[in-house]
Amino acid sequence: MNLEKVIFGFFIVLALTLNFGFFIGEFENPEHHNVYELFVAIVVNLIATVLKFGDRTQMGAVLLATSLVADLQLIVAAIVWGYAVHVAQTGLDASVMGSIVSLSGGALLANVTSVVLLIIETVNLRR
Amino acid sequence: MNQVIFLILRRMRAPLVVLIVAYAVSILGMVLIPGTDAEGNPWRMDFFHAFYFVSYMATTIGFGELPYAFNEAQRMWTVVAVYLTVISWLYAIGKILSLIQDPAFKQAVVENSFARGVSHIREPFYIICGYGDTGSLLVKAMAQRNMRTVVVDLNPERINELELADLHVYVPGLCADASLTLTLQEAGLQHRHCAGVVALTDDDQVNLKIAITTKLLHPGIKVICRAETRDAEANMASFGTDSVINPYNTFAHRLALALHSPGTHLLYEWLTGVPEAPLPAPLYPPHGTWLLCGYGRFGKAVKENLDREGVNTVIVEVDPEGTGCAGFCVVGRGTEAETLRAAGVEQAAGIVAGTDDDANNLSIVMTAAELNPDMFMVARQNKRDNHEIFQAALLDLVMQRSEIIARDIFAMMTTPLLGDFLRLILTQSNEWANEQVSRLTAVVGEYVPDIWYFSVDETHTPALLEVLSEGNVIRIEDLSRDSRDRNEILSCLPLLLMRKDQEAELFPQGDVTLQQGDHLLFAGRIGAFERMKWTLQNRNALRYVQTGEETASGYFWRKFVREG
Repeated sequence: MNLEKVIFGFFIVLALTLNFGFFIGEFENPEHHNVYELFVAIVVNLIATVLKFGDRTQMGAVLLATSLVADLQLIVAAIVWGYAVHVAQTGLDASVMGSIVSLSGGALLANVTSVVLLIIETVNLRR
Repeated sequence: MNQVIFLILRRMRAPLVVLIVAYAVSILGMVLIPGTDAEGNPWRMDFFHAFYFVSYMATTIGFGELPYAFNEAQRMWTVVAVYLTVISWLYAIGKILSLIQDPAFKQAVVENSFARGVSHIREPFYIICGYGDTGSLLVKAMAQRNMRTVVVDLNPERINELELADLHVYVPGLCADASLTLTLQEAGLQHRHCAGVVALTDDDQVNLKIAITTKLLHPGIKVICRAETRDAEANMASFGTDSVINPYNTFAHRLALALHSPGTHLLYEWLTGVPEAPLPAPLYPPHGTWLLCGYGRFGKAVKENLDREGVNTVIVEVDPEGTGCAGFCVVGRGTEAETLRAAGVEQAAGIVAGTDDDANNLSIVMTAAELNPDMFMVARQNKRDNHEIFQAALLDLVMQRSEIIARDIFAMMTTPLLGDFLRLILTQSNEWANEQVSRLTAVVGEYVPDIWYFSVDETHTPALLEVLSEGNVIRIEDLSRDSRDRNEILSCLPLLLMRKDQEAELFPQGDVTLQQGDHLLFAGRIGAFERMKWTLQNRNALRYVQTGEETASGYFWRKFVREG
């Protein structure tokens, strides 16, 4: 067993599960989408991205790319949230919540890709 | 993607994770701790404000307690967060700084900029492996002619020297082992503009490896190699290395040439010299017995060559057993008067100080000069730095190995036909050479001539080809006429005419007629070739120099003149 692989896999899967946890729920209802979950999802996604740095293989490059996409989507979601609440002061109405959740949905797709790639790589190892 | 970015990313993994975690913990703490707003109502910091606060706190900018004054619990957490984040930052910055200082990183940056420099070359270039005395002279001479080179050397000091050298063109230099295939590839071996590889390292095995690698990875480009032993020389020649240069042999051979065929030597010197430099004066070494001090690899080669010329030699050597001349040499260094007297310095015609130590060589000739002032004195100069003292010693001839070899290689690279020419003149007598020397002086004056080469084909000389295909005759002398006024003769001289399936003709006469596929080598004043190009490429100029008639060039005008 390789400790590096364990940590690597842990963060990638955790990024996906947290992202999914935030995404799931009634689409436009702010009650169903916890701000702490979004925060933790962003942090875990960032860590997962950094862990993928410096891998020169083709697989490493694609994993890094998907992670960067997820980061981008989640950070934009957080910015939209902060802007709506503090700057525009519109509050979390249906349209704002809709765009936040759909952004996190995009990130979810990227994270799913990451995990699928990880599984493919693992299956190919055969040991 | 490039190596440098990967190196940074990989090394920065740990510090970046630490930073992210430190920020996350600090932000989360600020959000979770209950506080109060300005009116004393319970208030919790949201993520936006927490991120804002942590951002300026962690970077020690410190705007204060925003948006409301903190309570004791928040302040306590801030103390924890300050140390946590500031230490994380210090750790990350320290890591970046140590990465920049890291030799592996520096090497990666240097290699990267080298590779970029090589890949940006858009004209033919040569890879020079080994930037010693010979290599640096060669690179300098090529830079003077605006030819591009790429240098590889194992010694970092030499690469520094290259960076400090004042060259006209940018010469990328890499400190790496040229015997590794990867190094040669980085230096542009497979670059489509790579015109040749020159292996000048002082290790035969490395040169051999370079030659083989080049022949396999980029067949068809020129390979010039240095070899110190006959074994290596034969080995390199066996798989088609274009030229193999044995420094000791080449040098000794030139010395023997200088001593016994000064005319031929002079021709050699002139044609391989740096253009526009003043011509070296002819030498007249006396006949008789010569003293040869030093019987190492160089001494042996000199003796062999002098024997071939039928010259009597007396050898002076300090270590007869080690060099294999016991019994037929005078034992001694040659720097002291007794040894030289024992060798018969008073009766000798000349002396060759050929040890591998410059100080000893100077000492030998100066001692000899006191004993026999009329002697012809030749010294071997090993180090280029000693140029001034050898000049000051006022010797008849100073032979510097690296310079001779660099010039030979340069001549081979710039004008392929020159190598053939130089080989051919060796078969001629000294009297013949003297005659050619005087012809050449009459044409080119007092400066080293420019050498140029062209063949009668579509790319070099379209005008000649066109006229020949119409069945007309072109003589060599037609080409030496000035296309501005045909009564003026250009200052140039044909050196060599090479024709397929025929013996090469040295100094062809002016009435020789040209054929398609001929190769011609000319020597002349700087600028003469530019004039000659008109005749070679412009049909009307050619017609004018041949007949003196100026023909109509346009279609309409040609028609008009014919009818009129």
